[in-house]
Amino acid sequence: MRPTRQTLSGWGNHPRVPCAVYAPDRAARLSALVSQDVEHALIARGLGRSYGDAATNHDAGVVDCTGLDRFIAFDESTGTLTAEAGVSYADLIDVLLPRGWFPLVTPGTKFVTLGGAIAADVHGKNHHRDGSFNACVESFTLLTPTGELLDCSRGSNADVFWATLGGMGLTGFIQAATIKLRRVKSPYMNVTTTRVKNLDAMLDHFTKTDHDFTYSVAWIDCLAKGAALGRGVVLQGEHAEPESGRNTLPRKRSKTVPFDFPGFALNPLSVRAFNGLYYATHGSGAAREDINTYFYPLDTVHHWNRIYGRRGFVQYQPVFPQCDGDQGVRAVIEKLVDAKRSSFLAVLKQMGGHEAGPLGFPMKGLTLAVDLPRAPGIEAFLSELDRLVLEHGGRVYLAKDGSMSADTFRQMYPRLDEFKAVKERLDPQGVLSSDQSRRLGITEQA
Amino acid sequence: MTQNPRNAEQVLITGATSGIARAIAGMYAKRGVGRLILAGRDTEALEQDAANLRTRHNAEVEVCKFDASQPETCGVLQNGLEQIDVAVLCHGVMLGNEQAITDPDAHRGMIAVNYTSYTLLAEKLAGIMIGASGGVIAVLSSVAGDRGRGTNYCYGATKAALTAYADGLRGRMHGTGVHVVTVKPGPVRTAMTAGMDGYEKMADPDQVAKQIVKAIDRRKDILYTPGKWRWIMAIIRAIPETIFKRLTI
Repeated sequence: MRPTRQTLSGWGNHPRVPCAVYAPDRAARLSALVSQDVEHALIARGLGRSYGDAATNHDAGVVDCTGLDRFIAFDESTGTLTAEAGVSYADLIDVLLPRGWFPLVTPGTKFVTLGGAIAADVHGKNHHRDGSFNACVESFTLLTPTGELLDCSRGSNADVFWATLGGMGLTGFIQAATIKLRRVKSPYMNVTTTRVKNLDAMLDHFTKTDHDFTYSVAWIDCLAKGAALGRGVVLQGEHAEPESGRNTLPRKRSKTVPFDFPGFALNPLSVRAFNGLYYATHGSGAAREDINTYFYPLDTVHHWNRIYGRRGFVQYQPVFPQCDGDQGVRAVIEKLVDAKRSSFLAVLKQMGGHEAGPLGFPMKGLTLAVDLPRAPGIEAFLSELDRLVLEHGGRVYLAKDGSMSADTFRQMYPRLDEFKAVKERLDPQGVLSSDQSRRLGITEQA
Repeated sequence: MTQNPRNAEQVLITGATSGIARAIAGMYAKRGVGRLILAGRDTEALEQDAANLRTRHNAEVEVCKFDASQPETCGVLQNGLEQIDVAVLCHGVMLGNEQAITDPDAHRGMIAVNYTSYTLLAEKLAGIMIGASGGVIAVLSSVAGDRGRGTNYCYGATKAALTAYADGLRGRMHGTGVHVVTVKPGPVRTAMTAGMDGYEKMADPDQVAKQIVKAIDRRKDILYTPGKWRWIMAIIRAIPETIFKRLTI
């Protein structure tokens, strides 16, 4: 298969690197590609929603898996779907929501493929209750770098199963995955909105109410300081019963950000205005919202990442263990306020303690996600944040990471050696690697 | 069938493993036609595509072995073709000039696939459709057939022949209820063009498929897709030969 030269980046639009892109349009072509002698490294890529360099390969190979988008089988009685790795959430929801099925675990965007969801072991607003994506994965077939097809599940090739969930695509290519969906009675959500005045109150609210809701997430105003630090709005939701009249999704016209915004569009003033306005306009109350509005608020604006301009942006998402309380989150927000690095969107949520693979991100505790424009000095600032996260016993999510050092990574992910053992067994030649895996020392430098 | 291709019940797609054909098949499956026949060489791949369409849309999909390089095997299709309302003929190969010139067998093969098989199949389909007093045959030609270019004329010539054939068949069918759409796509991002210069900027197969199905629905005569190629090719055709022969396009 011939590659196409393309300049790729993660969703953060930085860095942009030249890659040789292969685009197999069926499983047989992917197998042929893996068996053919490719002289450079390969990494799978889906819809490019990881923020950093997880799905780029400077002057090496990237396998665009979005052409592998076939449904293989669906069992209507159990809601079990078998599909190729390139099927996206958008596609899946489009086909199966009208039949009353919704993914058990969904990230905050529909533009993620099943393969990507497995590679990052994505989590959603229900992590405190249901765990991350692995909770709905029954099994998958992995095409290993040596061309072998491995059936993986909790009962068979379990070590490969767990290494692949959260393994950032480094163990092989997902040829087909079988996942369980959730039965829903309507495409609507009952959403309870609660305005909370600071971080203490936020935690208190989570502790008291999260167990009553399947979904829970808080938007927080990262610019509020002092007694108001961590103020925000908690959005808790349940799938709604059908109602007379509106039981199909409203058609929404999607908008597109047509070009990179100039650097000054997002400035401390505009971000402050947005955050203040968001807080002011979201009073406490209950409402019925469609699934797209609740789960995928940003998806209606295509290329929203362009509002950060050509320089791009980073999303920083650490998780802190429960024993740390709110100390880690507080420290990060204070640092953002001190450094005057305003975050347009900041999200806080409680995570549950569920089983995860050796490179799994979640731990029982609190996770915070902030967007930061790529302003001068960002790299140094991020490593300061990394240090802070380490001090508080936390770790950073690999799907968002684009800057961590190998040393920091090793400390945050103590089960790295366990992962490497599986990786080296499956990929003795070191075929699969990415810019991220080399930076983090998961694979060797080219 | 009814005169309206929007209500087509039986749809045949050849070369059905290609990127454009797959997208077209998806649209008809979603629409819920009574019977969708996917014809092509690689029946294993077609079975996977058929399973996909059945799972997604509960569509009635059949797979039919069809090797366009063996024109006589076009007859195999005959058995299942007692009624076809819409036929979308998408099969084709593209050889580089160099290979076509140096390898006469391969060149002959390309002519068989891109031209001869179309004539056999389209005549057969036209006959069936006249009997049923209506139908639409969409023929996937190419902008490459609009003018012979020094860099790609062997492939272009097969498409030029196909364009002339399709246009002529449309004329002969006029008044019978049978319609022929000549489709001329520009470069499209598919397996056929992977690795070529400008691949990233090529048209999206889903968009092209949408326009093709719309053209069939509306019984359009000639479709350039994406539409800009109508104007690009008008300019290219207007360039005087004394200049054109010096261009390396």
